[in-house]
Amino acid sequence: MVAAAKSVSLKDRVFEILSHVPDPEIPCISVVDLGIVRDVTDDTVTITPTYTGCPATLTIETDIRTALDRAGLKTMKLATVLSPPWTTDWITEEGHRKLHAYGIAPPTRSVPQCPRCGSSHTEEISRFGSTPCKSLNRCLDCREPFDRFKCH
Amino acid sequence: MTDMGNERFHHAIRLGDDALILGQRLSEWCGHAPMLEVDLSLANIGLDLIGQATHFLGVAAEAEGKGRDADALAFRRDVLDFHNCLLVEQPNGDFAQTIARQVLFSNWHELLLREICDAPDQQLSAIAQKGVKEVTYHVRFANEWTVRLGDGTEESRLRMIAGIDWMWRFVDELFDPTDGAPSLRSEWDARIAKVLSEAGLEQPKPRRGVKGGRNGHHSEHLGHLLSEMQFLQRAYPDARW
Repeated sequence: MVAAAKSVSLKDRVFEILSHVPDPEIPCISVVDLGIVRDVTDDTVTITPTYTGCPATLTIETDIRTALDRAGLKTMKLATVLSPPWTTDWITEEGHRKLHAYGIAPPTRSVPQCPRCGSSHTEEISRFGSTPCKSLNRCLDCREPFDRFKCH
Repeated sequence: MTDMGNERFHHAIRLGDDALILGQRLSEWCGHAPMLEVDLSLANIGLDLIGQATHFLGVAAEAEGKGRDADALAFRRDVLDFHNCLLVEQPNGDFAQTIARQVLFSNWHELLLREICDAPDQQLSAIAQKGVKEVTYHVRFANEWTVRLGDGTEESRLRMIAGIDWMWRFVDELFDPTDGAPSLRSEWDARIAKVLSEAGLEQPKPRRGVKGGRNGHHSEHLGHLLSEMQFLQRAYPDARW
């Protein structure tokens, strides 16, 4: 019972630490919000990349390593898994709220809402945006362009 | 290498080299594409492919078991040791020629990765599962542009015809009975026929396919590509930063 309680608290502690590690390209959300921290055991943190070629992947690994080291968890290992592949469905509710507030339309299955004026009268300009995970969109009411985290 | 290790090495290195070489080719467009959105699209597609290449070459390096890693395979092999298909090393040409190469390749690539998703090799399957989600975007991009150019102006139509015409001879290699994926041919044919018909283009007449890339017999273009891609590691071996 004691051991179980201890491992639960370690897991919670690691999630708490990682919830302060920002995504390097979209710093408003953490790696936990992004859904890339897949599992935490007594000795290993398992993460998964978003897009295979995303240049942020290496930075994210380094940032997680640094955060763990600083918290005195130097023996905690970092493992990467590819399967099951990351999906935007793993982005937390909190992550959705933060993205919207930051000016990026979150990955909803319905028509994206303009993060500035809230209108659903929007169109996609390009499926490929400033980073692999985003598309470029435009609001047809307030005419402002905006990034959208595309469903993946 | 055991026979099984050898087979795994060749399988993984073909997948890795296709992705690496096409990724490098597409990166040549960076800053030169007809418009900003296309520039971003081609760079993103290239990036996806280079990411996939890193994983596939990692598996190849492991199967080879000679202490090389994915970077060593990418930057320290000479042209005869590359196993990519001839299609991906073809020059970008104009935008239509690039799109022609992409539409032929990506449609094949998606079918191939879908098949590998169900393969018993768990590592290759995991990379394919991830890759297929990305390649689906590549297919949509290439299909849409093929239609837009083919069904666009007289100029864009002529260029699209010329692009497909240039690339068509490299198609057979993708379906080669020994080192290609012959079972995917009929579905690929149907997909391409649909896109070409939507674009108002005729299917090119069958012609004798050019092959050899899988065995290291490449066109002249690959050496030039490598000389640029491998420059740093060749000029400054083991450079780190």
